[in-house]
Amino acid sequence: MAVLLIGAVADGQLVLDTTARAAAAARQLGEVTLLIMSPNADTAAAAAAEIDEVSNVLVCEHSSFGHDMAEASAAAIVSLAPNYSHVVGPTTSAAKSILPRVAALLDVMLISDVIRIHDQATFDRPVYAGSAIQTIKSRDLVKVLTVRTSAFQAAGRNGVAEIERVHAVEDPGLSEWIEDNIAVVDRPELTSARIVVSGGRGVGSQDSFSAITRLADSLGAAVGASRAAVDAGYAPNDWQIGQTGKIVAPDVYVAIGISGAIQHLAGMKDSKVIIAINKDEEAPIFQIADYGLVADLFEVVPELTERLNGSR
Amino acid sequence: MKVLVAVKRVVDPSVRVRAKQDGSGVDLANVKMSINPFDEVALEQAVRLKEAGVASEVVAVSIGVREAQETLRTALAMGADRAILLEVLEGQRDIEPLSVAKLLAALVGQEQPRLVLVGKQAIDNDMNATGQMLAGLLGWAQATYASKLELAGDSAVTTQEVDGGLRKVKLKLPAVVSVDLRLNEPRYASLMNIMKAKKKPLDVKSAADFGIDVAPRLTVLKTYEPAGRKAGTKLASVDDLIQKLKSGLEVS
Ligand SMILES: Cc1cc2nc3c(=O)[nH]c(=O)nc-3n(C[C@H](O)[C@H](O)[C@H](O)COP(=O)(O)OP(=O)(O)OC[C@H]3O[C@@H](n4cnc5c(N)ncnc54)[C@H](O)[C@@H]3O)c2cc1C
Repeated sequence: MAVLLIGAVADGQLVLDTTARAAAAARQLGEVTLLIMSPNADTAAAAAAEIDEVSNVLVCEHSSFGHDMAEASAAAIVSLAPNYSHVVGPTTSAAKSILPRVAALLDVMLISDVIRIHDQATFDRPVYAGSAIQTIKSRDLVKVLTVRTSAFQAAGRNGVAEIERVHAVEDPGLSEWIEDNIAVVDRPELTSARIVVSGGRGVGSQDSFSAITRLADSLGAAVGASRAAVDAGYAPNDWQIGQTGKIVAPDVYVAIGISGAIQHLAGMKDSKVIIAINKDEEAPIFQIADYGLVADLFEVVPELTERLNGSR
Repeated sequence: MKVLVAVKRVVDPSVRVRAKQDGSGVDLANVKMSINPFDEVALEQAVRLKEAGVASEVVAVSIGVREAQETLRTALAMGADRAILLEVLEGQRDIEPLSVAKLLAALVGQEQPRLVLVGKQAIDNDMNATGQMLAGLLGWAQATYASKLELAGDSAVTTQEVDGGLRKVKLKLPAVVSVDLRLNEPRYASLMNIMKAKKKPLDVKSAADFGIDVAPRLTVLKTYEPAGRKAGTKLASVDDLIQKLKSGLEVS
């Protein structure tokens, strides 16, 4: 079995943790060829070649790949697909946009958000915001799937894969990138952080959300948010955790002023340790938290931050 | 310009869904059903485009069992001009996104819209696929996770919610746009509009008449509850919390 794995590339760099986790998943299906699509792929390809579990790296360069334009990316993947039994991508916003298009063009059904691989054709995936897990078997000739990266351990980095160049097919020219509004932060990436500190509607305002980010910084943590906090403008959209946001499973997840709606839990309930701070002792978040502190966040969060900073 | 909006009837988001003990599926007996929240946003956007004089007609379409007519009546009450149900048999409740996309593509051939709006995912199977699949089958431009949408002449400009933040893209029309919840706040249908909706045209066609093979490609072997979590300990103080934080980081 031969697997074509779509590497995660952002800003010309390989998103290593995401790609390494997807590589570990893909290796369960067969020999892995990692595809790097980027306008200038050399740096990313070199990093990709070091991932264990990757046998070959394919480099495909095109100007439209820099911004994950789905039409051009899907066309390139489809042109390579005949050599593979599986086309696999991580659950990044790019792959989630591109791979369903690829699947349709190959006349196969997409299998999204795979959390467990039983065999070449049988997979587990969550449905209903993670309220249930389905084990499904595909009868398609080629399987196109996205794998939930938080459910797989990252492959190591001692590999020496061959790098080969392939040509991109012509860009269908249906869409055009205008601009990105992507904040550069020096905090850890949400989906690979060991600690995530999240704030919800209880935080009350954009200004007071800085209490959450300060606590996160004192712990070296990534910052997350509930949908309510994002909708209210306290936090940017890419911090949203949940059914329709990012899925995380850090060692420690701290939920502050978050009630614990099922759609939020869908994005964090596989965290190892969950700590909740909420002033309402009946808040549903306490039903799944390992440790709960019933308190006003405006009192305890600054205190906590101060103590953590002081004890360093 | 005609806008087609695909809407799905799903379990209401407030329902706590549970897997059946015997692994045969989830228990949907007597649960409340609603329009998929993302599709509601798509429909609201189409209606706003019409109110702004950009869209000339809004057509809501659903692929589903007979009861999906209720969902389409909701769409009509929100402002769609007419609705089409591609009805499937009772035994085909779970039509896969690939088949849905094929049926929609066939309908697009008949209706000739310039824009198709869909929700980014259905909250039952959480697949996040139909819009992209439809765009692929039609060879059209696509945008996913749209939180802004503007139409200008022969193109659509969308802002999409991507991993690192926001991305603005221009699409050539015709196009398929899958929408995110932050695009708009859907209206409540007024009683008057609910009454009016009863008189709007709702066309029921048999999905089978399209001659498209909708047999599932994926077989569900088993459905089970994920490992549950239990309520843990309540802490007495910030001191305790710091200690638990530290031990949480050590053991792992
Ligand atoms: C289709 C759909 C998809 C969705 N997707 C997502 C998703 O991806 N992610 C997501 O998070 N949600 C999602 N939601 C929304 C979800 O249902 C909830 O509405 C949301 O998670 C609530 O956010 P919250 O907990 O911050 O706000 P609330 O539910 O309003 O909770 C606020 C909490 O803060 C506490 N609080 C208030 N003041 C204080 C204080 N001073 N100190 C301590 N605690 C305080 C309150 O006791 C309360 O528990 C989705 C909903 C739908 C319908």
